[in-house]
Amino acid sequence: MADDTTPMDRRGFLKRAATGAMAAAVPSSMHSQDHDHDHDHDHQVVPSDPALRTKALESLLVEKGLVDQTALDALIDTFEHKVGPRNGAKVVARAWVDPSYKARLLSDAASAIAEIGLGKVAVGDHTLVLENTPKVHNLVVCTLCSCYPWSVLGLPPMWYKSTAYRSRAVIDPRGVLREFGLQLDEDVEVRVWDSTAELRYLVLPERPAGSENLSESELAELVTRDAMVGVAKVSMPAGGAKA
Amino acid sequence: MNGVHDMGGMQCMGPINHEANEPVFHSVWESRVYAINRALGAWHKWNLDAWRYDIELLPPADYLRMSYYEKWLAAMENRVVKYGMVTKEELASGKPTSGSSKATPVFTVAMARVLEPRIKAPSNDPSVVPLFRVGERVRARNINPVGHTRLPRYARGKTGKVVLDHGVFLFPDTNSQFLGEKRQHVYSVQFAARELWGEDSSPKDSVYLDMWDDYLEHTGS
Repeated sequence: MADDTTPMDRRGFLKRAATGAMAAAVPSSMHSQDHDHDHDHDHQVVPSDPALRTKALESLLVEKGLVDQTALDALIDTFEHKVGPRNGAKVVARAWVDPSYKARLLSDAASAIAEIGLGKVAVGDHTLVLENTPKVHNLVVCTLCSCYPWSVLGLPPMWYKSTAYRSRAVIDPRGVLREFGLQLDEDVEVRVWDSTAELRYLVLPERPAGSENLSESELAELVTRDAMVGVAKVSMPAGGAKA
Repeated sequence: MNGVHDMGGMQCMGPINHEANEPVFHSVWESRVYAINRALGAWHKWNLDAWRYDIELLPPADYLRMSYYEKWLAAMENRVVKYGMVTKEELASGKPTSGSSKATPVFTVAMARVLEPRIKAPSNDPSVVPLFRVGERVRARNINPVGHTRLPRYARGKTGKVVLDHGVFLFPDTNSQFLGEKRQHVYSVQFAARELWGEDSSPKDSVYLDMWDDYLEHTGS
């Protein structure tokens, strides 16, 4: 049991973590009883290596029965392979080809997303779908942390979580969009959605011109993660429309 | 808390680095940090609001210097001690102290598979009455709570319009410190870009924030 509940002093903490990381990295037989590193002078390099600290923490938590390695593997597999922007792209493509689906998606996104058969991961996420049009452009950010519609887009990319994007998206959305290569006309209304609560926002991009003959699955292939966050438009592949 | 995490409107953070074909995780340790964090959440020792607050409590220089998952790791190391799952000594040694008890039940794959919603679903509980109505002009209160809050500084004191009522949610300012759920309505409130940032902004643009009842006041119009 912890001897107190106050957060550790950072420096003391890193020194302790150093010892922990060493314990994980070095076979126990190499530790000597009379020279552990839990003393208070500065010859030891403070570990900057989060990989070692992570390994130390994981092995401790496994030994204490608080996590299980197989379970961690399963979680990683879910987020690397099962949830991701392809799910959102299916939702967008369906909305493009089926006006009644689109209407349901805009009025009750959770149910409409569940119709696509994304399974359990989508349940309970309070998603709102924002429709981009020639006159309205929606852009999603989380200025306070990294809230993101992961059930339909997976884990957010680094730029979405970066201080640069989080700080500027609300004050200079048009400048941010130009940085992504998207220049909007002055008469387009820009709506920035700062995800301050538990609502998650998915942008429904405009269907690109010239895509009339594409099938739903071909359309889904065109839809990018960036377009569903609102920092890009969906475009036809170079070389123009398929026959 | 008026911390560095509340960065909406800052302009000193450099260019946005977009990485083509970005992997889900950039290294194995990041994926382990993500998964360990997620697994520990299944013990329900904390809630999502408290979880966010732990990251906000990192020293500001660390917050700005660390990578995303380094922040998660540092907050997680603090958190497992704070909630009594691990002692400081165990964290330091990487080994359970002798006589330390094993978790019961021991963590299982089944626990990890439960990707349950991390915040209770919004309810339409009619006993929780909305204090504002869609279409109403409202002002974000000028408050500076020292704990966790989801009312960004850039909106405080600004006037906007309620455009949607999302239903009833838990109030993060109290829930983050286990001081009660204080259920109340959350609304999308539209603020004109010029109201927030002045005359240099486009008159066409606006920012929408999700606001709890306790963040808002009537404007009388």
